[in-house]
Amino acid sequence: MATLDMDHPDGPRFVPDPLEIPDLKCGAMEGLKPFTAAPEHQAKLGFPGELVENWKEVALAKMAELARKNRAFQVYLDTCVKCGACTDKCHYFLGTGDPKNMPVARQDLLRSIYRRYFTFAGKHFPWLVGARDLTEDVLQEWYSYYHQCSECRRCSVFCPYGIDTAEITMAAREILDSVGIGQKYANEIIGKVKDIGNNLGLNPKALRATLEDLEEDIEDDTGISVRLPLDEKGAEILLVTPSADFFAEPHIDGLIGYAKVFHEAGASWTLSSYASEAANFGLFIGSYENMRELALRIRKAAEDLGVRRIIFGECGHAWRVAYSYLNTLAGPFDFLDPNYPVPQHICEYTWDLIERGKLKFDRSRNDHIRLTFHDSCNVARASRMGDKPGGQFEIPRNILRAVCNHFYDMDRDTIMESTLCCGGGGGLLTDDLMELRKKGATPRMTALQQVTEEHGVTHMAAICAICKTQFSKVMPEFGYEMDSIVSVHQMVSNAIILTGQETDEDETEDKAAG
Amino acid sequence: MLSVIYALLFYAATAFLVVGLAWKIARYARTPAPLKIPTTPAPVTRGGVVLRMAREVVLFESLFRSNKWIWLFGWVFHFALLLVLMRHLRYFTEPVWFWVRFIQPYGIYAGFAMVAGLAGLWARRVLVERIRYITNPSDHLMLALLVAIGLSGLGMRFVARPDIIAVKAFFLGLFRLQINPLPADPILLVHLTLVLVLMLVFPISKLLHVPGVFFSPTRNQVDNPREVRHLAPWAAELER
Repeated sequence: MATLDMDHPDGPRFVPDPLEIPDLKCGAMEGLKPFTAAPEHQAKLGFPGELVENWKEVALAKMAELARKNRAFQVYLDTCVKCGACTDKCHYFLGTGDPKNMPVARQDLLRSIYRRYFTFAGKHFPWLVGARDLTEDVLQEWYSYYHQCSECRRCSVFCPYGIDTAEITMAAREILDSVGIGQKYANEIIGKVKDIGNNLGLNPKALRATLEDLEEDIEDDTGISVRLPLDEKGAEILLVTPSADFFAEPHIDGLIGYAKVFHEAGASWTLSSYASEAANFGLFIGSYENMRELALRIRKAAEDLGVRRIIFGECGHAWRVAYSYLNTLAGPFDFLDPNYPVPQHICEYTWDLIERGKLKFDRSRNDHIRLTFHDSCNVARASRMGDKPGGQFEIPRNILRAVCNHFYDMDRDTIMESTLCCGGGGGLLTDDLMELRKKGATPRMTALQQVTEEHGVTHMAAICAICKTQFSKVMPEFGYEMDSIVSVHQMVSNAIILTGQETDEDETEDKAAG
Repeated sequence: MLSVIYALLFYAATAFLVVGLAWKIARYARTPAPLKIPTTPAPVTRGGVVLRMAREVVLFESLFRSNKWIWLFGWVFHFALLLVLMRHLRYFTEPVWFWVRFIQPYGIYAGFAMVAGLAGLWARRVLVERIRYITNPSDHLMLALLVAIGLSGLGMRFVARPDIIAVKAFFLGLFRLQINPLPADPILLVHLTLVLVLMLVFPISKLLHVPGVFFSPTRNQVDNPREVRHLAPWAAELER
């Protein structure tokens, strides 16, 4: 429900509520399906190319395997009491009103099958506990609604048992893959990383040319030669960043920001053409094996280049896999410098330099921007930065406050651990799901419109390649410019004063606050 | 005859409850969590996790953040039930412990609070469209069962009092494998039968949320993946 704001400077007015609960619209998003993966893309990931003949046996065997291998799967399917706490927490439900987009209802699509074949009550009294037979229609329903979940974990924050729908979505996608139904977008991309090293399929030659162009751009812009090294053996730091940073806006401005920070720190660093992708789409499809294979590329690159540290660029799900899983999937990293966490986030690195007074900024260069910050879901709820819980909220905000004068947070119920997904995460950032992406972005956009009303906010910063792409696509629908979404390190890049750089007025130099 | 039937039923139901729960708990405990998935911000130490879990189990912290009405009804029901159960210890101990004697009157209030909490939860199930949508027949039956247990219990206090001394003798006898006569008051038999049903349903229903919450990886894991390598046994096999 919209709330009445009595304190507004222009008199009382109604403010739309980003978390307004819609009426149920049964079947509103029924039948929405992303394109399915072609047989050759499935094969590369070790999945059957099309629906296997004995799909029912295979699917049930996969469920039994998941119950044996993953505690979350079994505990979460068993313990839900249908209390309803999660029902209004999913941005896709808020945006579409389709009841099957309520987290518990989404889980129930799979829970009903689990109960039918794996529990006493479901075997003998299916009608009593909402159990149902596994049919091809069920598989199609799964394919539709498990690709309307961005695995953002907002529901898990509010569940009294911590039930995480993302775990159920990943399991369902894994079962679908095992019977031969894969999603084109995610599976094709995983294949590309295996073949070439990044989601875009950018080969080393093209990557080198791109980086050289960027070096020229920076020199034209600042008069300073800032390097973007590739495959340099013996460098101290390996930077692994989402490949969108190499070509997309505003991602590329973030990459320029990292380069300037490294330059000012005097660091020896390199990118790798072999591990030229931070994102790990193995996460989206719940495939441990595929996720591990991609993660091992980063280990190999670190070993081959002889680096001492690994740092990740701005990317949400990538940071989840890096922070939470890299040690598990590709560790132990005992060949790296033990004085630094493995891996580190670029924001941890930059904030440390700022705290130690190593970077100089002119905040006024960002004065045309009134900024807010969108916490990316997987950074917020599935990772950390720094050594204290919640560092993932503090550190990016600290950096932004150090580089710009006008920063305002959105409604507390829509940021930090309660942040709303951008609407394109978890393997849904594909044009065939555009309708869902727009509707899923609505709650976040409403929260943004609130701070625009109240504080004149013009721009929103993010630290995730998916968020940036998604917002640059959907923000125009909500009355913002495409470039209203910015990278955190783009803000850094705007404000940083490079050593030796001529500034308009030297006295405006503003030593960053610690 | 009645006493023998109920004695046997209670032995069987207790065995089923204990074995069923132990089997489920053993399964949860044996199944590895292959990856670190605490919902962050999460505690970075074991002690912190114990605190987080305690807040979850005692205060229903996440539920409180989520929905104040569900929290209110749910918390009142659960803690009233706990008090009622503690009050019932007087029927199973001799001599009765001091603190059990102390809480007797409060246990009676708790009986009303328990039924009120359940009524609130049930009303939401019927009245709130979203919750009605996710409700199965078993969810109504579970509430009906608990409400009936509560009401029959209160009925024995305020309507038709059975010979409670004999009831106590019956249960104390069960501990010593001896079957004492159980009074045949209908309300008592209804109460006991419903409790038997609850014991049987416990390990095969959503009541598994009681042990389940302690095994939830999003709540019970320490946030330290960079410091400590976490590896499931089956995942370690992949590295060979």
